[in-house]
Amino acid sequence: MIDAQGLDALIAALASDGREVFGPVRREGAVVYEEISSSDDLPKGWADEQSGGHYRLRQEGDAFFGATLGPQGWKRLLHPPKQVLWRTEGAGEETKIIPEPLDTTRRAFIGARACDLAAIAAQDKVLTEGPYRDPQYAARRANLFIVAVNCTRSAETCFCTSMNTGPKATKGYDIALTELEGGRFLAEAASEAGAAQLAALPSRPATADDEGAAAAGIDRARDQQRRIDTDGLPALLKDRPDHPRWSEVAQRCLNCANCTMVCPTCFCTTVDEVTSLEGPETERVNRWASCFTVDFSHVHGGAVRPGAKSRYRQWMTHKLATWVDQFGEMGCVGCGRCISWCPVGIDITEEAAAIRKGGG
Amino acid sequence: MHAPDPHTDPMLPVIARITRRTRELSDVVTFEMEVEGWPGFEPGQFNMLAVFGVGEIPISISGPVSDSSKIIHTIRDVGPVSRALAALEPGAVLGLRGPYGAPWPVKAARGRDVVVVAGGLGLAPVRPILYELMENRDAYGKITLLYGARSPSEILFREELGAWRSRLDMGVEVTVDRAPEDWHGHVGVVTALLRAADFAPANTTAFVCGPEIMIRFAANGLTDLGVAATDIHLSMERNMQCGIGLCGHCQLGPYFLCKDGPVFDWATMKPLMRIKEL
Repeated sequence: MIDAQGLDALIAALASDGREVFGPVRREGAVVYEEISSSDDLPKGWADEQSGGHYRLRQEGDAFFGATLGPQGWKRLLHPPKQVLWRTEGAGEETKIIPEPLDTTRRAFIGARACDLAAIAAQDKVLTEGPYRDPQYAARRANLFIVAVNCTRSAETCFCTSMNTGPKATKGYDIALTELEGGRFLAEAASEAGAAQLAALPSRPATADDEGAAAAGIDRARDQQRRIDTDGLPALLKDRPDHPRWSEVAQRCLNCANCTMVCPTCFCTTVDEVTSLEGPETERVNRWASCFTVDFSHVHGGAVRPGAKSRYRQWMTHKLATWVDQFGEMGCVGCGRCISWCPVGIDITEEAAAIRKGGG
Repeated sequence: MHAPDPHTDPMLPVIARITRRTRELSDVVTFEMEVEGWPGFEPGQFNMLAVFGVGEIPISISGPVSDSSKIIHTIRDVGPVSRALAALEPGAVLGLRGPYGAPWPVKAARGRDVVVVAGGLGLAPVRPILYELMENRDAYGKITLLYGARSPSEILFREELGAWRSRLDMGVEVTVDRAPEDWHGHVGVVTALLRAADFAPANTTAFVCGPEIMIRFAANGLTDLGVAATDIHLSMERNMQCGIGLCGHCQLGPYFLCKDGPVFDWATMKPLMRIKEL
């Protein structure tokens, strides 16, 4: 068991180990992940209220990690919205290609939830485990230390239980914390680096009561969730491309791409060519892309998916069906961000249920 | 100049130099390039070609597999990058990554009849197949090439088509959609030529490349004649930003066209191509 001093000692130790330490911070009415220097930076005493198209923070209790997920996952730090791939210098036959140096920054994440750990694992598969890998992502991952926080309350939009990703972290972290009343944490290490850090912190052994309280908190979070029935869902979605619900949801969907931006597993990128106004130098830049845009599928002659129906169907079918073919598991971790941050409150669990109902 | 190491940075191109450029049609050029340490390619594979300051696109390789001293691409200027590519002159440099993608299974067709059906610029990605067939003519059964272009002035590789046609060991038929009065060849869709072609369907491997609508008609026509769906191979096209399975643009159902394709068999593609806007 550690307390707030222990947490501060952990943050300080990770920083003195040469790491940039990131954790949840309250900014402009939302919790985002930014650099922190102590537990004072955490959104203590704040909780979130989420539903379709709705996110608010309110003061509640005195927990450090009472607010669950904000809009941005850790994706922004590992697979950033903009990444220079390479540059050129010189013109014509003298053109030289200059590789972009690897991002070898050592980082620590404090407060990663189980669903987000699953999302990081999903992006690991896409970006590092195929025939080719993204070297920048791989470098950032190799230098990452993760302190997970087990959820003891869920947002109304959470469905990690259905996706088997949470609310308790089971893998992909160095240390996991479960916050108990009074700013105390049950701390468990899952790696050598985690165990070494933990051993150096001021702590006391956990009692059976502490462990019982932690388990009860996690059970409570589990019970607070919405559900999605994943049984047979991949085959069902692939078999019903003409289900009337796809047209119906397309009437509501604004094609704004918010869901793909907040989704912690969405990995698609577009390459842009940026030219200098002053000389022949050019830059190739990878930036987040969204399958909700028309130009995402553009080939000469036009877009493959000009209709809103086909674009929503592509996104949801990829998350819940074809991702399984590609990577052996679903591409949805049940974080619910796409529900909260959809301006019109489209709910992936509701859409999946509607398509299951038949009619197509 | 060095060969890219896919394990360090697969998005990093090498510099390629254009050594020769041939105008094929008013909007189509073929150029040859040299790249030090080029590993060679398999028929049906593509390279990502970058014009610095403009962009990068996938272009299939249209030269012979047997000569790895040069890389040959045939390009139609249909977009900003292809237009910039087509405008490059000998001596110009560009960025090259590749080769990528699953190849046409040409050698697996040895001992069998081969039918190649191409439409428009789709003749370029199948040309490496034709070179392989002719370089190893005895290894294959009857060979048929059916080619369709929009009009006589848009017939690609006209001289080569003539040379192939004059051979007595392969059947070559060319058709156009629209013809002026001085055209005395076939008029109509390329799939109409299938019925007259000489091959034993049960022992035939087909390679189909062209617009999707042509692929569908050709594959259905071949199936109707008795060619197995698993023996019909076709090349698909989608937006590609990376060519290596990371950018997500080229997905078609469960497949990433860049790494699972672009060559697939008809048994795999038929159920997906039936779905509108997939």
